[in-house]
Amino acid sequence: MAAQGQVAIVGIGETDYSRESGRSELTLALQAIMAALDDAGIAPHEVDGLMRWAVDTSSEAVVADNLGVRDLAWFGDITQAGNVGAALVASASAAIKAGLAEVVVIYRGVNGRSGRRYGSGEVTGQRGQGSAAFSEPFGLLTPQHGLAMMAQRRMHETGVTSRQFGMVAVTERAHANRNPRATFFDRPLTIEDHQESRLIVEPFRLYDCCLETDGGGALVLTSLERARDLKQRPAVIRAAAQHGYAAEREYTDTAAKFLAPRLWARAGMGPEEIDVAQIYDHFAPFVVFALEDYGFIERGEGGRFVESGEISWDGGALPVNTSGGHLSEAYMQGMNQLLEGVRQVRGTSTSQVENVGASFVDTGIGTGALILVPDA
Amino acid sequence: MTHEVTNIPGVPLGVGELLPPVPEPDNQKFWDALLSDELRIQRCTACGELRHPPQPMCPRCNGFDHEWALMSGRGSVFSYVVSHQAVHSSLRERTPFATVLVELDEGPRLVSNLVDVGHDEIEIGMAVAVVFHRVDEAIVLPLFRRAG
Repeated sequence: MAAQGQVAIVGIGETDYSRESGRSELTLALQAIMAALDDAGIAPHEVDGLMRWAVDTSSEAVVADNLGVRDLAWFGDITQAGNVGAALVASASAAIKAGLAEVVVIYRGVNGRSGRRYGSGEVTGQRGQGSAAFSEPFGLLTPQHGLAMMAQRRMHETGVTSRQFGMVAVTERAHANRNPRATFFDRPLTIEDHQESRLIVEPFRLYDCCLETDGGGALVLTSLERARDLKQRPAVIRAAAQHGYAAEREYTDTAAKFLAPRLWARAGMGPEEIDVAQIYDHFAPFVVFALEDYGFIERGEGGRFVESGEISWDGGALPVNTSGGHLSEAYMQGMNQLLEGVRQVRGTSTSQVENVGASFVDTGIGTGALILVPDA
Repeated sequence: MTHEVTNIPGVPLGVGELLPPVPEPDNQKFWDALLSDELRIQRCTACGELRHPPQPMCPRCNGFDHEWALMSGRGSVFSYVVSHQAVHSSLRERTPFATVLVELDEGPRLVSNLVDVGHDEIEIGMAVAVVFHRVDEAIVLPLFRRAG
């Protein structure tokens, strides 16, 4: 296929993942950006576009100043929460296609364990203001509360069980045990460990919940034409889409139900053509729900699919979260899954799927997703 | 009826006192009605659509005009969660407790707590009815009890 009009991810970078980085979020972001630029073979001063999660504390202007970028041609951030990674890729890709920028870097640097912890009501609570007046007085203060409410309803509707959710965590841990960068590289997990772990907010148990991590990650995007002259095998963005409606208010289906038709239509392919998937596992049950709501399997079949090993790198029909995901590698709010989606196209994952023709990345259970393919 | 605070294990009476709502112009009448022991939900006068939480515009017909429709106060548990970890320092003495999502017979869903049901007794579909729980002079919370 001709390169014209196509955009690729040409550089990926990350820092170490830890519980206490000992450095600023800005430093983490910059270290990841430098690693990604080095990976791509692009000099910092060639960057003319920057994008970030709106919750990221390092502004584009400050990052540009550190990189020595004197004329930042295009920048932006996307609000909501951690779930905007693929939306940023969609926007950056559109900017490059429109000629607004040539080299765009997307970055995230966060002290999610030693700094602001997203599992804390003190951090995420709205002090009873706005719509929070209708949830916080009754004890719903953090993202996990609303998501647990949806998970409980979905268990009721489809019969999926906590043990089946546990198999998501166990499978991802097995992937992390193959990935030396993963937080839980050297710690195995059994289904019994999961079932015996303490309840956090029912129905979520401890091992249903993502990690809290200090670290940074970055992506470099440019046109496919230019990508062909760079160091790495390009991961071509076949399609990217975002969705901004608060579907969780329905408490029955995830946002993927809305996003999926647009994503598949834009890609000109269907879920059966995907070889490997990274899915935003803030909580293990949502991997099951995403598999169903994106159409990889029928609604209500997700639990059995996971239980029978189909999301495992080791012989599964659709390996999921092959780096260990948010549950066992790091919680970089979708960034680490974007990196892994690229690795699967390059052929460099520690749990590499053979002959990947299409690599799927969801970064928010339907708030954003993309499909990466090799250069034809 | 106004519900007196009682100390039932697993029942989160008092969470609302620790984390009170802050009424704002777009939802003040919801809270005002509760002071008179009435559960009223915003209803579009143009198309009749009920909406909650309150907001200025009807998402169905985009009308701004609305009234505050008196609800029967009856409904059922649509979903629930049980907080075992105190995610807020003020809740350390209160966990575990349940939060329910009640679907009113009229359709809208409200986040609330049950006043007479332990967190391990809750079932989806359980019939419930509103009780009015006074926090202070300015705030009454709509909580629910088992019905039928």
